[in-house]
Amino acid sequence: MSQATLNIVKISGHAGSVPGAGVERAEQVCKLVDTTTCIGCKACEVACLEWNGYTFTETTFDNTYQTMPETRWNYWNLIKFNEHEREDGTMMLLMRKDQCMHCAEPGCLAACPADGAIVQYQNGIVDFQQANCIGCGYCVSGCPFNIPKFNSETKKMFKCTLCSDRVSQGLEPACIKACPTGCLHFGTKDDMSFLAEKRARQLRDNYGFDKAGVYDPAGVGGTGVIYVLHDVTDPQAYGNLPKDPHIPWIVQFWKGPAKWIGNLAMIGGLIGVTMHYLRWGPKRVEGSAHPNDNLGEH
Amino acid sequence: MSTSHIFSSSRVGLQPDGGILRYTLSERVHHWVAAITYAYCLWTGLAFWSPYLFWMAIVVGGGPSARFWHPWLGLAFAASTGWLYLIWRRDMSITPEDIAWKDKVEYYIRNEDENLPPIWRFNWGQKLYFWLIVYGAIALVISGVGLWFVESIPWSWRWLRYLSVAIHVTAALFTIGGFIIHVYMGTAMVRGGFTSIIRGEVSPAWARMHHRLWYNQVMKGSTDRK
Repeated sequence: MSQATLNIVKISGHAGSVPGAGVERAEQVCKLVDTTTCIGCKACEVACLEWNGYTFTETTFDNTYQTMPETRWNYWNLIKFNEHEREDGTMMLLMRKDQCMHCAEPGCLAACPADGAIVQYQNGIVDFQQANCIGCGYCVSGCPFNIPKFNSETKKMFKCTLCSDRVSQGLEPACIKACPTGCLHFGTKDDMSFLAEKRARQLRDNYGFDKAGVYDPAGVGGTGVIYVLHDVTDPQAYGNLPKDPHIPWIVQFWKGPAKWIGNLAMIGGLIGVTMHYLRWGPKRVEGSAHPNDNLGEH
Repeated sequence: MSTSHIFSSSRVGLQPDGGILRYTLSERVHHWVAAITYAYCLWTGLAFWSPYLFWMAIVVGGGPSARFWHPWLGLAFAASTGWLYLIWRRDMSITPEDIAWKDKVEYYIRNEDENLPPIWRFNWGQKLYFWLIVYGAIALVISGVGLWFVESIPWSWRWLRYLSVAIHVTAALFTIGGFIIHVYMGTAMVRGGFTSIIRGEVSPAWARMHHRLWYNQVMKGSTDRK
């Protein structure tokens, strides 16, 4: 995808402004994942592989229904299964569709040093551009959700694209299309937030889930994937979903104040040695006729 | 050419031609391996540091290529620095003479060297730079491995990912500060210094002016350390 497209609002590792940003308007798109109606069928996992052209890879059995411990470079969509003991001692099987959250303030994009390797579209989709990726892995450090994954053969990073190719043609993402229970929804952020809040209210009022709520973390500016959780106060129970995700503060410092401090220090050093030369000049060996001692002299 | 001339280049000290060998061939080779690999890592590292410097990666073959070679040449830098550590660590320990010299460093900066107390083979500033590079190389290599294999650091240990970033950047900036001063002094400021690390030799007058105690030792015909 060219940087010149008018649909891009943020470009990683980019010196200067973003060409075309704000010229075209687009609705913020959003996936809604209602964990309370997921049955763990993994149709979304298969649909993701099929649409994106990946074959089914080796699975890792770890005494759960989960396909593998975490997403892979060629496995972007993973249902996380977690057994959860409720306060009254009964068990719940929590199932959460894990994938890129498409943060409004993406840590991967902030950390990326390669011009145009990560872009954010006007509709909110955060997309990796492998042609520009240098494979450094900085996005791994920047992501608060442990999503970007490295292909060691091509030395490029991969993750869920939110089916930006389908969405640009007016289609819903493949995972949404495959879901048999209606646990997955796709639409504008406003519509999905409204639907999610409505469902959470229903869970609180009619199903006894007093802490039911919507996961749309403000620490990353909100996300393009939102969850309805039975207990929004304990997202960690859903397989390491962070309670208050934000770009790691070291990454923020590195990409913010450290840049200025470092640049000023380096420029200061260069100015310093130049000033020394202008003021005091070279150190000569007085009276020596040896050619080594008079290099650069006339 | 007699064989004694070939062998003489492997021992620091007075040469048959009246010059003084300051750096052996082996020392020079390792210095330049360290210098060239450091310069490459500095150049490509600056490209990864700022979007406004990303062009630096382009001119040496592109971002992916720079990303591929940076860690390998970083390892070569660490290896050559490790070798320099082994041969120079005793020469580089800070002596009482260095402390006396350091207290008058303002005269050195102002090129009023006649006011400085005599010192051995290396001055206090050189020693400071040496230890900066030795400890800097250790920090850069350890944190660099963390950045290289960032995905292999488990999610529950992710603080190590962030620590690697912090240490790598901090250590890099400190060594860059030293490197700027080192290159300036070695090429522009201290005349005779650059030729000594190229061909190895300095004149007796140079050795006498900059490293009086070492000069006296060399002229006594001894290469033993003090």
